[in-house]
Amino acid sequence: MSKRPADERLRDFGEVDLGLSEEEAVVEAQRCLQCKKPACVGGCPVCIDIPGFIAAVAERDFRRAAAILRDQNMLPAICGRVCPQESQCEGVCILGIKSEPVCIGALERFVADWERAQGIIPPAVAPPTGKRVAIIGSGPAGITAAAECARAGHAVTIFESLHEAGGVLTYGIPAFRLPKDIVAGEIEEVLALGADLHLNHLVGRSVPVEDILAYDAVFLATGAGLPFFMGIVGEQLGGVYSANEFLTRVNLMHADRFPEFDTPIVRGSRVAVVGGGNVAMDSARVARRLGAKVYLIYRRREDDFPARHAEVANAREEGVEFLCCANPVRILGGPAVTGIECVRMEMQDPDMSGRPTPVPVEGSAFTLDVDVVIEAIGQGPNPLLVSLIPGLIRGKKGNVVVDEDGATSVPRVYAGGDVATGAATVIWAMGAAKQAARSINAMLEKS
Amino acid sequence: MYRIEKTAETADNIFEFWIHAPHVARHARAGQFLVLRIDEHGERIPLTISATDGDSVRVVFMAVGKTTTQLAAMSPGESIRDVVGPLGRPSEIRKWGTCVVIGGGVGIACTPIIARELKEAGNTVIGIIGARNAGFLLLEDEMRETCDELVVCTDDGSKGFHGFPADILKERLSTQTIDAIWIIGPAIMMKITSGVSRPFGIKTFVSLNPIMVDGTGMCGSCRVTVGGETRFACVDGPEFDAHEVDFDELMQRQRIYGDSERRALEHYHEHQCRCGGEGHE
Repeated sequence: MSKRPADERLRDFGEVDLGLSEEEAVVEAQRCLQCKKPACVGGCPVCIDIPGFIAAVAERDFRRAAAILRDQNMLPAICGRVCPQESQCEGVCILGIKSEPVCIGALERFVADWERAQGIIPPAVAPPTGKRVAIIGSGPAGITAAAECARAGHAVTIFESLHEAGGVLTYGIPAFRLPKDIVAGEIEEVLALGADLHLNHLVGRSVPVEDILAYDAVFLATGAGLPFFMGIVGEQLGGVYSANEFLTRVNLMHADRFPEFDTPIVRGSRVAVVGGGNVAMDSARVARRLGAKVYLIYRRREDDFPARHAEVANAREEGVEFLCCANPVRILGGPAVTGIECVRMEMQDPDMSGRPTPVPVEGSAFTLDVDVVIEAIGQGPNPLLVSLIPGLIRGKKGNVVVDEDGATSVPRVYAGGDVATGAATVIWAMGAAKQAARSINAMLEKS
Repeated sequence: MYRIEKTAETADNIFEFWIHAPHVARHARAGQFLVLRIDEHGERIPLTISATDGDSVRVVFMAVGKTTTQLAAMSPGESIRDVVGPLGRPSEIRKWGTCVVIGGGVGIACTPIIARELKEAGNTVIGIIGARNAGFLLLEDEMRETCDELVVCTDDGSKGFHGFPADILKERLSTQTIDAIWIIGPAIMMKITSGVSRPFGIKTFVSLNPIMVDGTGMCGSCRVTVGGETRFACVDGPEFDAHEVDFDELMQRQRIYGDSERRALEHYHEHQCRCGGEGHE
């Protein structure tokens, strides 16, 4: 898949990856071995018939390919772009053992984009059942569950607290990785199945919990929107952001186009991003596009970055400077940020996650002159709604506890996505949502 | 879209708007706020809910920045693109005994709803409202109707007591039993006024107004230090124990976008001139 050159893409928020041409897609699809027992399907959290859709691409029957995708996945244009295929379907592709795996993600994206250009034929919807399902949150989990429940003929209402649907797809993932018209388009398709969307409705405040519990089934998909802060001195200075805030100001509120858009942002000339995940890479690359020199500070080694390799490579190409084995201890300045003090970290015995434990090196403090600090060190479930539901059992980290069917401790209430697992990936949220929706549909069929 | 039903300039540059927003109005309690966004290009700004009536909600604001200036220029019948709420925790309404509810400046607008709910919970309510001069004593009649007693003060002595609500509060604290206090106003006024009740150890609430984006706990822009801990005003507040709040930090954070706010307002005025006074698209 070809990419735009770094110096060109730094000038805008246009998509970085250009996708496959029709010819490239067909040639790539013909590489697929069509395994009898396809490992790739097992590697897919939403169980797409991968060999099936790839065979259709190889035969240039793109319409059939699209129908096969859409049967298991209502958001193919999104998944084709943001799924970590390298650790899922492509990671277990047999061809990967001796050479390169089939570019399943790029093929999915190709088919989804082709379908969007040609006009989408929506999947069949069952006759109305008269049952009502409330979906709380319109991120990847909420939208997926809404699609599955709507297809089963239930009356689905989605509640979203922000002024746009999409959750993290809208406020979190930047347009250069996931164009916003793609997100809007895929959500439109789900709404076209008959789901109702209520924006600006914060459940638990705008809609009482009793009203929600009066639905025949409820799916909680409120995500992991609560940003963590390091808890170091100087965090309250002007120019210190959670990644959530920084990304929301740009992706949702378009602060990059201030004053044409009203929301301001401290752009900074030298920006420190703290963290090594996809959110940290997104923040660093947004900061580069706002014109700053960007340091990315990570306490472990570069090999330990939790971010996708492709995103690390993109960030590096775009001039983000990695400072690994370093950890901030203090943010300097007042009232605005003027610098960040860090210490070097030494890697010691592996911890529970198998990664080395970073330990501060005494006397290794150093200071970077920066005027913006973005903390991308993770987020937890937003406690607001889940704390208001009587009898809802939560885990130590505030996540809603669910069984393998997605059921919570409260009858008829299901949950999935980041609110249940803690911050994870779009596709895991979708996988959990599909499972929960299947459980909801089965329950409603019986009742 | 949320229709503006009624507007009034109740004092110089201070506006009172009634907005049709059933999902907010039907569930709003004293102390809560809403977030609005005027149009596609707008920012999200929090405004405290001043009153509700059926499916409508009242907000009172001073036209200071770009968004409030643009809002002030809107007329009944026009619509606001987004209104979300009610947000934040409601005021801690229960039977305290004797409560004092203090409003300063535009903050007065948020006092009648608190005073009323306290009254309904069986409290004796003393209201104290203070402003620059008599012209800025908002909703005075409403407060007088609601409270058992209302004390009015002005900075210039043009009406009522010549001085600040803090002076009145100090005198009352030394002469009568008071069980809880609410103070709503500019940060500096809340800092000074709550300083008066500190030595008496009386529970004092202030309603904080830091910069917000989403207003639902997602961004952390509104973080404040209360009792040495980072709290989010949008979901943990907006009301906090006044004696635990770091007001200096709050005031510092309120000024982060000072330059941008001036630029946005200039841009708005320029743009307005260019398209014949029709305002921002």
